[in-house]
Amino acid sequence: MTESSKAFEMRHIVKRFPGVLANDNVDFACRTGEVHALLGENGAGKSTLMNVLAGLYRPDAGEIFIGDRRVNLRSPQDAISNGIGMVHQHFMLVPKHTVAENIILGLNKPRFWLNLSQIKEQVEALGEQYGMSVNPNAKIWELSVGEQQRVEVLKMLFRGAKILILDEPTAVLTPQEVETLFGTLRNMTEIGHTIVFISHKLDEVVKIADRVTVMRRGRVTAANVLAEGITKAQLARLMVGREVLFKTEKKDAQPGEVVLSVDGLCADDDRGLPALQNISFNVRAREILGIAGVAGNGQRELAEVLTGLRRATGGVIRFNDVLLGRHTNWLKINEQLAHIPEDRAVVGSVPALGVAENLILKRFYRPPIAAGWSIDTRAMHQNAVRLVEEYQIATPTVDTPVHMLSGGNLQRVILARETSSHPKLMVAVHPTRGLDVGAMEAVHTLLVKQRDEGAAILLISEDLDELLSLSDRLTVIYEGRLIGEMPTERADIPTIGLMMAGVEVER
Amino acid sequence: MKRLIASYRIRIDTRLDNPGWRGVVSSILGIILALIVGGFVLKAAGASDPIATYREIFKEGFGTPKDWHAGVIALMNHTACPKGKLCFGPLSDTLVKTSPILLTALACIVAFRMKLWNIGADGQMFYGAWAATWVAVFLLPKTTDRWVMLGSMAMAGIFAGLLYGMIPGLLKAYLNINEIITTLMLNYIAYKWIEYYVVVGPWSIGDFESTGHFPAPATWPRLTEYAKRIPIVSGLTIHPGIFLGIGAAILLAWILNRSRWGYQIRVIGNNPNAARYAGISLSRNIVLVMALSGALAGLAGMNEVAALRELNGRFQRGYGFTGIIIAWLARLNPLAAILVSFLFGGLLVGTKLIQPQGIASMLQGVILFIVVGAELLFRYRIRLEKIEPIVSDTLEVIHDS
Repeated sequence: MTESSKAFEMRHIVKRFPGVLANDNVDFACRTGEVHALLGENGAGKSTLMNVLAGLYRPDAGEIFIGDRRVNLRSPQDAISNGIGMVHQHFMLVPKHTVAENIILGLNKPRFWLNLSQIKEQVEALGEQYGMSVNPNAKIWELSVGEQQRVEVLKMLFRGAKILILDEPTAVLTPQEVETLFGTLRNMTEIGHTIVFISHKLDEVVKIADRVTVMRRGRVTAANVLAEGITKAQLARLMVGREVLFKTEKKDAQPGEVVLSVDGLCADDDRGLPALQNISFNVRAREILGIAGVAGNGQRELAEVLTGLRRATGGVIRFNDVLLGRHTNWLKINEQLAHIPEDRAVVGSVPALGVAENLILKRFYRPPIAAGWSIDTRAMHQNAVRLVEEYQIATPTVDTPVHMLSGGNLQRVILARETSSHPKLMVAVHPTRGLDVGAMEAVHTLLVKQRDEGAAILLISEDLDELLSLSDRLTVIYEGRLIGEMPTERADIPTIGLMMAGVEVER
Repeated sequence: MKRLIASYRIRIDTRLDNPGWRGVVSSILGIILALIVGGFVLKAAGASDPIATYREIFKEGFGTPKDWHAGVIALMNHTACPKGKLCFGPLSDTLVKTSPILLTALACIVAFRMKLWNIGADGQMFYGAWAATWVAVFLLPKTTDRWVMLGSMAMAGIFAGLLYGMIPGLLKAYLNINEIITTLMLNYIAYKWIEYYVVVGPWSIGDFESTGHFPAPATWPRLTEYAKRIPIVSGLTIHPGIFLGIGAAILLAWILNRSRWGYQIRVIGNNPNAARYAGISLSRNIVLVMALSGALAGLAGMNEVAALRELNGRFQRGYGFTGIIIAWLARLNPLAAILVSFLFGGLLVGTKLIQPQGIASMLQGVILFIVVGAELLFRYRIRLEKIEPIVSDTLEVIHDS
């Protein structure tokens, strides 16, 4: 391999955050025209490393070379002028603006006079060239998530990016959209672009990457491994440092009485548009009902209505034969009704309060935590010490504010709180999103354990592997309606994928 | 990030840790910086020596060690305060001022903890004063037992403030009307209400714009009443109202830190989404917290009329706003508010005779400004960073050997 075939090289990168060594002397290089997967658990330092390359973070030590030139990337503008563009997990688009307006956003190129029609032509041409056309006049909010992602990619290409970093690009896509994305990426590498593909989904890595670099705890554990011929199990071991169970061990379900019964449920979303339209289903004790679907098809609203965060506009919800509605005192029943929310930081935790205080969020109202009108701080601490131990929450003290914990640890705090009370019903929304293989395994085992202990579980997820391996029954939500229900044994990924895209499949 | 000079720039990073001592440092630095800035203003206003002015303010507000020493000796010798010495006079005056501002500060603290911006403690206090006056002058006979009378007045003050605080609470909880606007506007209604009753209306006695002196049981007993037995207390107006403030502070600290309700308040204040998720009712707590806030301010009003011994047209405005500043300086900690209120009481007493008037308000404003500004320094790390020589396409190219 000659030096000139290198697209870029990062040498001895060190990046510290208060209390964390996110990148510990990391070397990373890509060849021109390859798809290079950067694989690792959460908190392994992948995103940090790529944020350094994209100019968002400045490394504390280390050098970056583009081709043979040493560069100093002080801002995303520096990175883009050196041909490096990054597409983040959360899109950075203005929903009310058009595609073309978003693409030129932040460019200082039309200095004053905006010639939008010319830009629109350029955007269209670019889209055709790479096989990912988007209507430049469309407003962002009118587009599907997959299309929005295309806009982000086009934005980078428009700025002349040769090296494209994609941070977990498939997290929000349907299986079909993933196929389309992979096709586009192939086109791009043929033209000579280099792709860095950050992921912790092993299947995708095996499928799309030419080479793989694995990171663990801020260090590279395997560099430039050829993706051809490697197995998922090998990659997982590199990533986690131990063998990982892919199929969660699970006995057959022994469904008991109906715990949750939903009939003709309707609800509106935040904009007041119907999000749930006449949904009916049952969940029994000791079973897991999986609901598959692409994000934004009513899953969030469904979970919120079931847990009292959103008001239904119609229909009936029965929980253990009690009607849930506006007169429900949620403080009294919330311990039996566990909810692992989609957005852990925004909904599931109180950032400035300590671990111990977060762990009592749903049981402060009753003894033993409550003692009359007061809170028994000793009981609160004992509860925290026990759960920190049992759920292996890594925290300096039980009084540490939870905003200082990592994402995985925060999820453990929430899981500890929600599962330790032996709930009758558990609503889990994307419980493993953003978690690495190891943590994912722990969550899956925990959910199955809850089921076996008698809980009714409603699992809302986008991860088909997760749904197939955990659910006893499976249904798909599309535009606020449930389309089709089947026992998991009869489900397969292509069929569910089609249903997630709104195609009613005759079975 | 902005470039300041050619090769330096200011870099702002979020601090991940934020230990409690930083808040204390911020409050103390705020006061010191405010005194420095205030010194320049004093100088501009014509004071020849701002430091001497400050010394004078301190002397008027707290007395000097010499005064205290003379007071202790007089107390032990069972004599009156020697001529030319202030003894405990300033401290007594300051403690009298401390109680109403401590209570309004507590009113602000409980609301601010839930991020409810009640700036209407002033109006709630006025209604408390009005209701206490009504009980004292018109409801109960003049011969009522003193503690029954004062207790009834306190209940009336609390209840009136509670109701007046609940109005913006209900509007916020059920109609989502901004409480900043409503509480501010309700202040003016309360001012005019009192004005109507004692200046033009039914409660004024002749042209005095006053209800006239309260019956004796409706007034706080003052220490000076015991001057016959203990000569040193002669002239000291200090009364038990200060214990109301301290007691309320301890109670509020317990509520916020140890009670089930306080836990709910803190959860809502920090993350309302998580509160809803936990089943905590936001609207209910908005009403309850505004009611408690108003009740504390109402008690301040009762305390103040029982000390003034009448309700008149010159009933002091602005305690509610001083309460806001104290709440922030105390970093919303009820116990810290006791100390801060005492210092502010001294500032109010000490600046009474200083010309130009309004020095106290000016210093208060500067202190708040600086303390709030200092928040930035504690939430973010700001530093000057040297920019390394730029290496880009057009400049230097380092070749890999």
